[in-house]
Amino acid sequence: MNRLTLFIPFALCLALGTFLFFSLGKDPLDLPSALVGEPFPDFALEELHQPERQVSIDDFDSQVLLVNVWATWCFACRIEHPWLNSLAKDGVVIVGLNYKDHRKLAQDWLQERGDPYQFSIFDPRGVLGIDLGVYGAPETYLVDAEGIVRHRRVGVVDERVWNEEFRDLYQQLVDEANAE
Amino acid sequence: MQSSVRPSLGLLKQVGLFLLLSSTAMAVEDVVSFSDESLRPRYQQLLQELRCPKCQNQNLADSNSAISQDLRAEVQRLLEQDLSDTEIKDYLKNRYSEFILYRPEVNRATWFLWAAPVVLVVLGGLIVLRLSRAKKLGDSQEADIPVRSADQQQRLDKLLNSPKQGTD
Repeated sequence: MNRLTLFIPFALCLALGTFLFFSLGKDPLDLPSALVGEPFPDFALEELHQPERQVSIDDFDSQVLLVNVWATWCFACRIEHPWLNSLAKDGVVIVGLNYKDHRKLAQDWLQERGDPYQFSIFDPRGVLGIDLGVYGAPETYLVDAEGIVRHRRVGVVDERVWNEEFRDLYQQLVDEANAE
Repeated sequence: MQSSVRPSLGLLKQVGLFLLLSSTAMAVEDVVSFSDESLRPRYQQLLQELRCPKCQNQNLADSNSAISQDLRAEVQRLLEQDLSDTEIKDYLKNRYSEFILYRPEVNRATWFLWAAPVVLVVLGGLIVLRLSRAKKLGDSQEADIPVRSADQQQRLDKLLNSPKQGTD
């Protein structure tokens, strides 16, 4: 009995070691999102290409879609952009959120690299960004037909990330929306 | 030697402290103006307790990243709107998750974090208590049990009382 109690510190160390070891693989930048499962926040902002047009959550039109937060100053957005173009070509609806940027620069950027967005929200002051809890571009949100955020990715969405995190859920949401 | 080193160290500390304090003061106070000066201490306090989501181990007062600047402006705006400190924290928590609070709330995920110090102190106290009790018990037992048997005592006495041997 007494001898067994001597193993308690050893067992505790083992438990702590295991816990810390598995924590090693976690990305510290991968913050928990407060928005997943919550409705996408409402907004009233100008459209990037048509300053006279106000866009809001109603323009999501009950579609399953991606909202992609991007900016011309964001280097990773350049890496991400070709994949967004190819997703749009495959029929995925993407809404752009141009975050803390200049209108002209953003328009030129899309002119040059292709525009995968059904429409683009222009948010030069980052108002919607704060409501979304954006802390760095690019970020991508998967929104279902009811306007609920179902998944959030901070960082680049490329083919690998799409296949791992988005594809199945997206397909499932589209199927659900079509069934109704 | 020693006496010549000490004053300069003290001076260094003072200069260091001055730089430390003045830099944070400049980072925050230069830009911000309030309609009511009584909001300023609350503003400072909130910035100390809110964490920059981008730069991880800095609070909003420390960090000069774009997102921290935005969030400082947001905190100021909310203060001017007469929100309480708790309401402001909740507002940001709903957007940036609990990560933004440097002082996490007590809930299912964090109760152990909060309870651990108390639990450890109590546990340590119990162990110390048990050990000291065991030691006391051991001491008193030692006094009761004769160390030497009668036979041994006799031999010892004989040795001690016998005239010295082998000294020459």
